[in-house]
Amino acid sequence: MENTRKPIILKILENDRGGKIVLSILFAVVLYVSIANLFFPPDSALYVSTYTVTLLGKYLAFALLALALDLVWGYIGILSLGHGAFFALGGYAFAMYLMRQIGDRGVYGNPELPDFMVFMNLKELPWFWYGFDNPFFALFMVALVPALLAFVFGYLAFRSRVTGVYLSIITQALTYALMLAFFRNDMGFGGNNGLTDFKDVLGFDLQADSTRIGLLIISFFALFVGYLICRFIINSRLGRVCVAIRDAESRTRFIGYRVEQYKLFIFVVSAILAGVAGALYVPQVGIINPNVFSPLFSIELVIWVAIGGRGTLYGAIVGAFVVNYASTYFTSALPEVWLYALGGLFVVVTLFLPKGIVGLISKIKLSKQKGEVNHAAA
Amino acid sequence: MKSTILKIIFLNLLLISSLFASSFETDIDKLQTNSLKKKTQVVKELYEKYSEDERLNPLFRNMVSGDLYYKENNKTFVIITKKEGKNYHTTQLLDPSKMEVINKRDLDKVKTNNKLRSIIKGLLAEMNLFSKKYEIRLKSAKNILDNVSKDDEKLLNKALNLETNSKIKEVLLEAKTILDAKYKDGFEQIKAVTALGEYISSQSLATLKQIEASSDNEELKKVAAKSISSVESSRSFYSVIETAFFGLSQGSVLLLAAIGLAITFGVMKVINMAHGEMMMIGAYTTYTLQQIMPNLIEYSIFIAIPAAFIVSGIVGIIIERLVIRHLYGRPLETLLATFGISLILQQLVRTIYSPLNQEVKTPSWMSGAWEINSALSLTYNRLYIIIFALLVFIAILAVLNKTSLGLKVRAVTQNRQMAQAMGIKTSWIDAMTFGIGSGIAGIAGVALSQLTNVGPNLGQAYIVDSFMVVVFGGVGNLWGTLIGAVTLGEINKFIEPVAGAVLAKVIILIFIILFIQKRPRGLFPQKGRDAQD
Repeated sequence: MENTRKPIILKILENDRGGKIVLSILFAVVLYVSIANLFFPPDSALYVSTYTVTLLGKYLAFALLALALDLVWGYIGILSLGHGAFFALGGYAFAMYLMRQIGDRGVYGNPELPDFMVFMNLKELPWFWYGFDNPFFALFMVALVPALLAFVFGYLAFRSRVTGVYLSIITQALTYALMLAFFRNDMGFGGNNGLTDFKDVLGFDLQADSTRIGLLIISFFALFVGYLICRFIINSRLGRVCVAIRDAESRTRFIGYRVEQYKLFIFVVSAILAGVAGALYVPQVGIINPNVFSPLFSIELVIWVAIGGRGTLYGAIVGAFVVNYASTYFTSALPEVWLYALGGLFVVVTLFLPKGIVGLISKIKLSKQKGEVNHAAA
Repeated sequence: MKSTILKIIFLNLLLISSLFASSFETDIDKLQTNSLKKKTQVVKELYEKYSEDERLNPLFRNMVSGDLYYKENNKTFVIITKKEGKNYHTTQLLDPSKMEVINKRDLDKVKTNNKLRSIIKGLLAEMNLFSKKYEIRLKSAKNILDNVSKDDEKLLNKALNLETNSKIKEVLLEAKTILDAKYKDGFEQIKAVTALGEYISSQSLATLKQIEASSDNEELKKVAAKSISSVESSRSFYSVIETAFFGLSQGSVLLLAAIGLAITFGVMKVINMAHGEMMMIGAYTTYTLQQIMPNLIEYSIFIAIPAAFIVSGIVGIIIERLVIRHLYGRPLETLLATFGISLILQQLVRTIYSPLNQEVKTPSWMSGAWEINSALSLTYNRLYIIIFALLVFIAILAVLNKTSLGLKVRAVTQNRQMAQAMGIKTSWIDAMTFGIGSGIAGIAGVALSQLTNVGPNLGQAYIVDSFMVVVFGGVGNLWGTLIGAVTLGEINKFIEPVAGAVLAKVIILIFIILFIQKRPRGLFPQKGRDAQD
C-alpha cells in the first residue's frame, strides 16, 4: 500500500508549490505543538497549552471547511452562502454520537435519554436518534446527511439553472431556514442550547491532553486528505470542465457537457468535506448549537476563502487561519473593533485584493522576477 | 337586643340628619363610618340624590378600587395615586388639583366588602348606562354584555326603552337576548336562541353552547345547534378576514422593504446586502427625532419620513460612490463588499446608541383599533402601514414612469450602452437610483419602528425575506414585487396559526425554493433583450 500511495501523493501535488509549502508548515506546527504539549513540563518556555492545541484543532476544522467552499466557489463558480449548513449537519451528526456516549453520566442520570430530552419530558428516544450509539453509523451519517441535502438541493437548483446571485441568496435562505428549524425545541436537537457536555469519544476522555492531541492529528490528517482529494479532482479532466463551467457556463453547455451533473457532483463532494469538518469541530470545541447555521457564519467563511485567495485551495487554508486567528485575538483584546475589522476586510479584500493574500504574494514575486515564475494560481 | 335597639336609633338619627344637611360635600362625610350596613345605606342614598352629579362617579370608582381614604385630622376625602413605603401620594377627591404626600398613619381607609363593592359596581353601571356621553354609554353596554347576569334585566329593559343610538341598542339587545335564552322558557326561549344565531360575540356563542349542553329539551337543543353553527360560521368568516388583514399588513412591510431592493437589483444588477441596514438607519432616524423633539411625538413621524429618506439616501449614495461603483459587473464581489458594509453600519449603531433595543413611541392617533364588530377589529398602526406602503408604491411608479429621471433610469435598465450613447450620464443615474432605493429602505425603517423595537439587528431580520420577495416576484418588475410581497405575507399569516411562526417561515422558504424550479426568473420575468445575463 505504502509503495503505491506515495507516488500518487507526489503526483497530485506536482506543480503545486503553494500547497506543498502550506501543508508542510502546518505539519511542522502540528508536530511541534503535539510534542511540546505532551512532553514538555508546563513551566517550560517551549510548552504549548492545551488551550492552544484545541484552538489549532478548531482552525484545522475551519480550514477544511474553507477548502470545501473553495472547491465550489473557486473552481465551478457557485458562491454558496449556506456552506455552514453542511458543516453544522456534520457536526450535529457527530454530536449525537457524543451525546449517546454520555450514557447515565448526565445531570438527570437517565441511561436512555440525553439530559435535554428528559428536561423536555420525552419518554423515549426519537426515531432519528436510533443508531447513533454506533460510532461508525455516526461517521457514515456525518457524510451522508450533508451529501443528501446537497444532492436534493443541488439537483433542484442546478436543474432549473439557478445561477449567480440567485443561487447565493437561495443557499443563504437554506441555512437560514435550517437555523430557524434547529432553534425549535420540538426538533429534538436540543433547541437553543444545542448539544454539549460531551464526556468521551470512542472511550477516550475528551478532557485528556492525549485525546486532544489525537484529535488535532486526526484533524490535520483529514485536512491533508481533503486537500489531496480536491487537488486530485482539479487536476483531472473533470476539474478542467469545472473551470470551463466557471468561466463560460453557456459555452460549456453548448459544447455538449451536462453542466448540472458536474455542478451537482462537485457540490456534493464539497458538502461531504464540510460535514467532516463539522464532525472534527464538535469534539474539540465541545458544543454545537444552531448559531452555526446562521447566515453570518456562512458568509464569514466566504471571506476566509476570499482573503486567502479564491481558486487556489491552499489559499483557503491560509485565509481560514489568518481570519480566525485575527478573530480570536480581537474578540479578546478589542471586542468592539472586531466587527469593524471584519466588515472592513470584506470591503478591502473585494476592492483591492481580488486574489487574496496568495495573489498578493505571487504579485510581489512577479514584479521581482519578471514573468518566469510558474505560479499555481488559476 | 340592646345593640339592635341602638342601631335602629342610630339609623333613624342618620335619616333625620340627612334631611337637614343636604349638599354633596356634607352627605359624603357619612361614609366615614365603620359600619358596612350604614355605608351601604349611604351609598344608595347618594345614588338616589346625586346620580347626575359628576363627582359621584370618581367617588364610587375609588371606593371599588380601594383607593378612597380620609384624613384623620380634618376628615377630607383623598384618593391615593401612588404608594411609597409609608408615604402615600394623594389628591383631594373634591378638588383634584390639591395634591400632597401624607403619612399612612394619618389616613383612614373607607373600607368595603365584596357585597358592598358589587352593589356599587351595579350602581356605577347604571350611572354609566344612562350617561349623556356616547362613549361612556357604549363602554358600559359592552361591559354588561361581557358578563350579563339576571340582575341586569330590569336595567336592560329600562335602557332599551331610553336608548336612541342604534349601535348601543344593538349591544343591549344582544345582552337581553342572552338573558332571554338563558332564563325564559318555552316558545320565548326558542325564539331567543334562534335570534342569538344572528350575533357573533363570544358571549353569545358561550351561552348557546351552555344551553346545548345542559338543556334536556330536544327541540331547544336542535335550535341551539343550528344557531351555534351560524354563529361559528360568521365568526370564522371574520377571523379569515382578520388573518387576511394581518397578511396584508405583513405584505406591506415586505413591500416597503423589498421595493428599494427591487430597484437597485433590477436597475443595477447589484445585490445590496446592506439594504437591511438602510432600514435600520431609517428607524434610528425616527428614534433620534423623537429624542430631539419629545413634545412632538404626535407629529414627529411626518418629519421622520422625509428625514429618513434623506439620511438613508445619502448614506446609500456614499456607499455607491465609495465602493459599489468599483465593482460593477462583479455581482458576487458586490454582495460580499456590501455585506461588509452592513457589519460596519451595525457596529456603528451599537457604538453610537447602544447594543440594546430602543423603543420608538407610537403617536396616539396610530394606536388603538378600529372595531368593526365584536369579532373583528383592525389595529390602526397596521391599517396605516398598508395605506402608507401603497402610497409609497404609487409614488415610486409615478417617479419611474412620469419623470425624466425615471425615463433615464428605465433607459439604463434596458440598455446601458445605448443609453450612454444617447448622452445619459449612466454613473450619475446609478448613484441616484441607489440613493432612491436606499431612501425607500429608510422610509420602510420608519414604518417598522412603529411595529417593533429598534435595534442594530433590525435590518438583518428582513434582508432574507425581502430578497425572497424580489426573487419570487421577478427582478426588475415593480408589480411583481407588489404581488410577491402580498402573496408571501398572506401565505405566512395563513400558515402561522396551523404550523407556528418559525415553521411557517421554513415552509415559505421551501416553497420558494420549489417555486423557482418552475419559474427560475420569478412570477414576472423580464422579457426580450433585457432578459439576458
